Amino acid sequence: MNESEHDRAPGDAVSAAEAHAAQPPGVVVYTIGLLLAVILTATSFWVANTSLLWGPGVPLGLAVLAIAQMGVHLVFFLHITTGPDSTNNVLALAFGVLIVFLVIAGSLWIMANLNANMTMSPGLMDLRMQR
Amino acid sequence: MNAAVPVDELQPEALIPASEAGPASKRIVVAYGFWIFLLSDIVMFAALFAAYAVLKGGTAGGPAGAQLFNQVTAAIETACLLVSSYTCGLMSLAIRSQRRPATYFFAAITFVLGVAFLALELREFASMIAEGATPRRSAFLSAFFALVGCHGLHVGVGLVWLVVMMAQVAFMGFRASVQRRLLCFSLFWHALDIIWVGLFTVVYLMGVSQ
Repeated sequence: MNESEHDRAPGDAVSAAEAHAAQPPGVVVYTIGLLLAVILTATSFWVANTSLLWGPGVPLGLAVLAIAQMGVHLVFFLHITTGPDSTNNVLALAFGVLIVFLVIAGSLWIMANLNANMTMSPGLMDLRMQR
Repeated sequence: MNAAVPVDELQPEALIPASEAGPASKRIVVAYGFWIFLLSDIVMFAALFAAYAVLKGGTAGGPAGAQLFNQVTAAIETACLLVSSYTCGLMSLAIRSQRRPATYFFAAITFVLGVAFLALELREFASMIAEGATPRRSAFLSAFFALVGCHGLHVGVGLVWLVVMMAQVAFMGFRASVQRRLLCFSLFWHALDIIWVGLFTVVYLMGVSQ
């Protein structure tokens, strides 16, 4: 019965076991979330300061750790789950993530392109960006 | 349906099919509406993050991130906000079981940690401004103060909101409308922590490690 927990067609009845499983989260959930977040944060700070890792890979590693930690916060603190009550929340989140990605990646892409194609010396460019 | 299960063990509303259950409860609708607001807030922060990432190199001969930022302060700020997020979660558990002293206790811890975060951030801003690293100095510093200052402003608003909610719990008790507002507050507080995760990674860790 557990395998089919989140796998229900519209109109399917909620089984008694499922109704029991959909209990609100307790202290354990928050504590697991806190522990995971602490581990990920500590790893981020270690990655940023260590000389053991290949330098150019560090920003990418930090980005991965940050996204993982955001996921931990979403699941354990905000309780964005696959349950039937949060379907709309997940869809809205997916749209939000799309917009965030477009804004950040698009800005970086366009501005890097602009800087690369600008026939200005870096010093003059710096002056222009300052105003 | 499993006929072997005794009828009195079942919650009646849990047995209604999803398509016949009618409109969602007000609690779910309110949380969904507030979630939409939070996502729009996150989109606004994405614009500030994009501005910061683009203008990071535009220091105009002024101080860069590596000279200005202190990772120890950033680590303490992160710890404050993370633990306050945890105690905020414990507060929402206390609210659900309507335990008033526990609610006040966890709200007080959340509040104190939020104030500590804000105090550290303001002290950092003050020392930067004293060194001449004001928002007017360079595009990099304008973007930095806009991004980090906007998050700090949100934390400040959240602290005021928390005080208002505790006053409502004290005077109005755990009525349904107060519980929904407290739910929205906890969503807001957790979302601020999510933004801070991106913020300390992009500003404090990536800015200093290079």
